[in-house]
Amino acid sequence: MNLLEAIFIDPFRDMAAAPDFLLQVLWEGLVSGVLYALIALGFVLIYKSSRIFNFAQGIMVVFAALTLVGLHEKGVPALLALPLTLLVMYLLAVAVERVVLRPLINQPDMILFMATIGITLFLIGFGEIIFGGENKVMITEALYIPTGSFEFEPFGGFLLIEQKDLTAVIGAGVLVAVLLLFLNRSRIGRAIRALGDDHQAALSVGISLSTIWVIVWFIAGIIALATGIVWGARAGVSFALEVIAYKALPVLMLGGLESVTGAIVGGLAIGILEKLFEIYWGQPLLGGNTESWFAFVLALIVLLFRPQGLFGERIIERV
Amino acid sequence: MSQLGHQPDAPILSVNNIEVIYDRVILVLKGVSLTVPAGGITALLGANGAGKTTTLKAISNLLRAERGEVTKGTIVFGDDQVQSLSPDNLVRRGCIQVMEGRHCFGHLSVEDNLMTGAYTRRDGKAAIARDLELVYEYFPRLKVRRSSQAGYTSGGEQQMTAIGRALMSKPKMILLDEPSMGLAPQLVEEIFGIVKKLNEEQGVSFLLAEQNTNTALRYAKYGYILESGRVVLDGEAAALRENEDVKEFYLGVAGEGRKSFKDVKHYKRRKRWLS
Repeated sequence: MNLLEAIFIDPFRDMAAAPDFLLQVLWEGLVSGVLYALIALGFVLIYKSSRIFNFAQGIMVVFAALTLVGLHEKGVPALLALPLTLLVMYLLAVAVERVVLRPLINQPDMILFMATIGITLFLIGFGEIIFGGENKVMITEALYIPTGSFEFEPFGGFLLIEQKDLTAVIGAGVLVAVLLLFLNRSRIGRAIRALGDDHQAALSVGISLSTIWVIVWFIAGIIALATGIVWGARAGVSFALEVIAYKALPVLMLGGLESVTGAIVGGLAIGILEKLFEIYWGQPLLGGNTESWFAFVLALIVLLFRPQGLFGERIIERV
Repeated sequence: MSQLGHQPDAPILSVNNIEVIYDRVILVLKGVSLTVPAGGITALLGANGAGKTTTLKAISNLLRAERGEVTKGTIVFGDDQVQSLSPDNLVRRGCIQVMEGRHCFGHLSVEDNLMTGAYTRRDGKAAIARDLELVYEYFPRLKVRRSSQAGYTSGGEQQMTAIGRALMSKPKMILLDEPSMGLAPQLVEEIFGIVKKLNEEQGVSFLLAEQNTNTALRYAKYGYILESGRVVLDGEAAALRENEDVKEFYLGVAGEGRKSFKDVKHYKRRKRWLS
């Protein structure tokens, strides 16, 4: 009985007893959820438009952050380094399309997946040669990201919101809104969605695959840079950042590989749920450190009931 | 090859003796030649696997995406050698294909499907909006269904969407692959009727690949019959309809009335041996 009580009653009693702490946990969860969502979004865009599972998305985050910080270290002012980094990400997109995607057109998915592992290894080596392998600090202040914090006292308790986290959440929100507008309203956005549905037909109406691929990889690069700045500001810039990409995998399983909405909702859900679980169930019952596996177990359970993910495109079957 | 007639008009498309090889080894077209006059409807007829789709894809330059290659011969559309143009350039110049099996973008709305057809256009939103209305005039049913996901519309509506989408590119010529596939006879008539209207009112030329020989020859002006990668017969549509061999092989009627399909096949094989 005690165990059941510890699972089903105690956590909620704790939540009710300290609502300010609950808010703090939810906020922390939301912030990491936003990051998961951003990374998943990069995956989804590339998968939608080219059916490639882009293993390199994680390293692109590191590479973008590293380029930004590296340029700043070499004396480039931060506000110039930002557009320069975007230029580098654009060149990367062009290079990937020319060197990897175009020659491998019509090859099985698995070969393209392997090719993205190749891109990953290349970027690790290339980044190390140019910027060195040691950890760096994100140039938060030079980018005018506020570093202070707001303190609230809800319910007579205490809630701390760091300004850089707030900036990250707002920035990510704007980025996602612009992206959705672009996908749903613009000519190119429509072409990207069309390409995801039917390559052959897209070709037949004159949509140029190369152009779209460059655009999509560039967007993934922009998202990677945004993620890199936010995550780098919290944890520093190093190649270890790459592992957050694996956190995006359960998000993709939960949300569905083709769904932009799924990536966003899935990311936020996993961020918040894993924090809640860690604090209220994991630490008292399982000795903590549940965040490393919780998302995967959740994804597994979802897969059992909805193989295409919660928001995966419904497979249209007409009878 | 027997010549039953001449085509007096200037060609918008001429295909000269092309050979197509898939995967570097599979020879599919063994020297196909045909012309489509500007403003004409030309039918490309033949059984399954005769090479109709391959011919169309060679013209629209979509073969490369399927590891096919034109190894001999030339294709000229307007003033351009097709082989040196990418598919999107070809669409920009006014040659667009409607693929067999419709290939609508299933998760996009019908209207979004139509709008993808205007992807290559640079003449402004107003002109595109005007053409969208024009497409809705020809296919009123699409206007009703404009916001439904294309994947959930009926086969006929999808065929209309596919043709409408091609129209949105302001084409001079549409390569229409098997529009009757899987549609009820009444719907086939409706779609062919619209094709005819588009041809007369908008001046769009059509190259029409069809298995439905009877219907195709009633709407086309000229026809080519393909068999295993070669043109075996061509002529004015009216003449082809009266041709004894065509009646025998493709329309399933002979001098003494309808024949069973089994006999037709047998006769065909014997004739091929003899020739």
